[in-house]
Amino acid sequence: MTLIECKNLSFSYENTSVIKNLSFAVNSGDYLCIVGENGSGKSTLVKGLLGLKSSAGGTIVRSDTLKANEIGYLPQQTPAQKDFPASVYEVVLSGRLNSRGFFPFYSREDKKIVSDNIRRLGIEDLTHRSYRELSGGQQQRVLLARALCASKKILLLDEPVTGLDPIVTEEMYRLIKELNQNEKITIIMVSHDIASSIKYASHILHLNYEQSFYGKTEDYIKSPMGQYFFSEKNK
Amino acid sequence: MFYEIAEMFSYPFMIRAIIGGTLVSLCAALLGVSLVLKRYSMIGDGLSHVGFGALAITTAANLSAIGHFTPLEFAMPIVIAAAFFLLRLSENSKIKGDAAIALISTASLAVGIMAATMSNGLQTDINSYLFGSIISMSTSDMWLCVILSIIVLLMYVIFYNKIFAVTFDENFAKATGIKAGIYNMIIAFLTAVTIVVGMKMMGSLLISSLIIFPAMTSMRIFKRFKTVIISSAFVSVICFLIGLIISYIYSTPTGASIVIVNVGMLMIFAVTGWIISKIQLRKNIR
Repeated sequence: MTLIECKNLSFSYENTSVIKNLSFAVNSGDYLCIVGENGSGKSTLVKGLLGLKSSAGGTIVRSDTLKANEIGYLPQQTPAQKDFPASVYEVVLSGRLNSRGFFPFYSREDKKIVSDNIRRLGIEDLTHRSYRELSGGQQQRVLLARALCASKKILLLDEPVTGLDPIVTEEMYRLIKELNQNEKITIIMVSHDIASSIKYASHILHLNYEQSFYGKTEDYIKSPMGQYFFSEKNK
Repeated sequence: MFYEIAEMFSYPFMIRAIIGGTLVSLCAALLGVSLVLKRYSMIGDGLSHVGFGALAITTAANLSAIGHFTPLEFAMPIVIAAAFFLLRLSENSKIKGDAAIALISTASLAVGIMAATMSNGLQTDINSYLFGSIISMSTSDMWLCVILSIIVLLMYVIFYNKIFAVTFDENFAKATGIKAGIYNMIIAFLTAVTIVVGMKMMGSLLISSLIIFPAMTSMRIFKRFKTVIISSAFVSVICFLIGLIISYIYSTPTGASIVIVNVGMLMIFAVTGWIISKIQLRKNIR
C-alpha cells in the first residue's frame, strides 16, 4: 500500500530552486533512507513531507489512511533543549498532542499509549529523570518514544544519530530496524551516513539538488552513484 | 515588626497592593518559564520599556479627559501591538532580533522621558512609573488587575500542554499539527497584559525581573517542567510579599525591594541546587 507518493516535486526559497524533479513513493513497511551532501535539500524535503513548507511544483499525495499530522517526527535537537527542565514522561506525553485537537488535557488512553511506548524502547527506568541529564543516546530514545506516540504507522527521522558515539549509533540503527521489521512501522530516515543507509534501508533516495537516484538498495549499490561511493570508500 | 505588619493590613491601599501584586507575580512567574526557555527574556524587558513610553505619553497628553479611560487602559493596546512586533523580530533571524529589541526599548524610554519632562508637574508620577510605588494602585486599577490576571491564569491552564510542546520543541509541535505561531502569539499577548498591569506597582525598569527571576531561580533545583512552573509561582508570590513588607517598613521603592528579595532567593536556590548535585554525584560514585 502506498502511503506517500511524490510526483515531479520541487521546492524553492524566494524563487531560487532548492530541489527539483523529485518522484518517489513510500509504501507501507518500507525503510527509505534519504541521503545526500549537506545543503542538497534533505531538510527542505522533510519540511515538505511534514506539510510545513509548500512545494513550488509537483504533488505530494498521502494515502487516505494517513492523516497530515500522523507522521511521527524525530527532529534534530535544538540548543534550547540542552538545559530544558522536563521529565522524560512529560516529553513523551507531548507526542500525544495531535490526538487532542482543541481539548486541552490528556486522556487515560493517551497515558497508556505513553507508558507502552516507554516500555517498548526500554527507558522505563528513566521515566522520571530529567531529559537534560540524559546521555545523547538516551535522549534520542526518548524522542523516538515521543514520535511513536504521534504515529503507529510512519516515522520520519531527521539525522537520528548525529553526535552519538559509534556503539550507541549502532544500537540506535538496530532499534529502528527492529521497529521496521517487527512492528511493521514505515521508516523515512534522513542521513548522510551512506554506508549505514545501505546496510539497513530497503530503499534509497539520493539527493543532489535533484533526484540522483531512487530505488531499491541493491540497485543503488550497482548504480553509478553507488559505485562512485564504493570506489571512494575503498581508496 | 509584627505590629507593623498588622498595621500594614489596616490600610485599604495596602490590601489593594497585596491583591493586585500577588496576582501579577503569579502570572509573570508562569509566563516567565516559557519566555526564559524560549530565549525570549529580552521581549519582556523591551515590552516594559515600551509600556513606560506609552504610559508617559498618555499621562502627559491627559487623555483621561476623553472618555473615562485611565492611562493604563490606553497603554494596553500599544504594548500588545509591540509584543507581536517584537515576537516577529526575534523569530526573524534575518534582522538582528536582540539588537532591534534594544533599539526599540531605549527609544521608547527616551520618548517617555521627553514626554514626561515637557509636561510639567508629573515628576513624582514618572518616578513611580520607573521604579514602582505601592500607593499607585487605585481601586479601578486593582479590579483591572484582578480580571486580567484571571484571564491570563485561565488561558495558561487551558493551553498548558500546548505551551509545553511549543516551548520544548517547536518543530515537533508544528509537525503534529499545532499552530506554533498562534501559541507564540498567545504567550506574547499574555506577557504584554501582565507587564502593563504590573508596571505601576513594580516600575517599568523592574517588571521584567518579575518575569525572569522566578523561572531562573526554580530551574536551579527543579528539573521537571511542571515542578519548575509550580515552584516559580510560589517563589514569585513569596518574594513579592517579603519585598512588599520590606518596602512598607523601611519606605524603600517597592520594585527595587522585590527584586532584591528575588536576588537573595536566586542565591539560596543556586547554592541548594549545587549541594544537591554534589550529593547525587557522590551517591552515583558509590
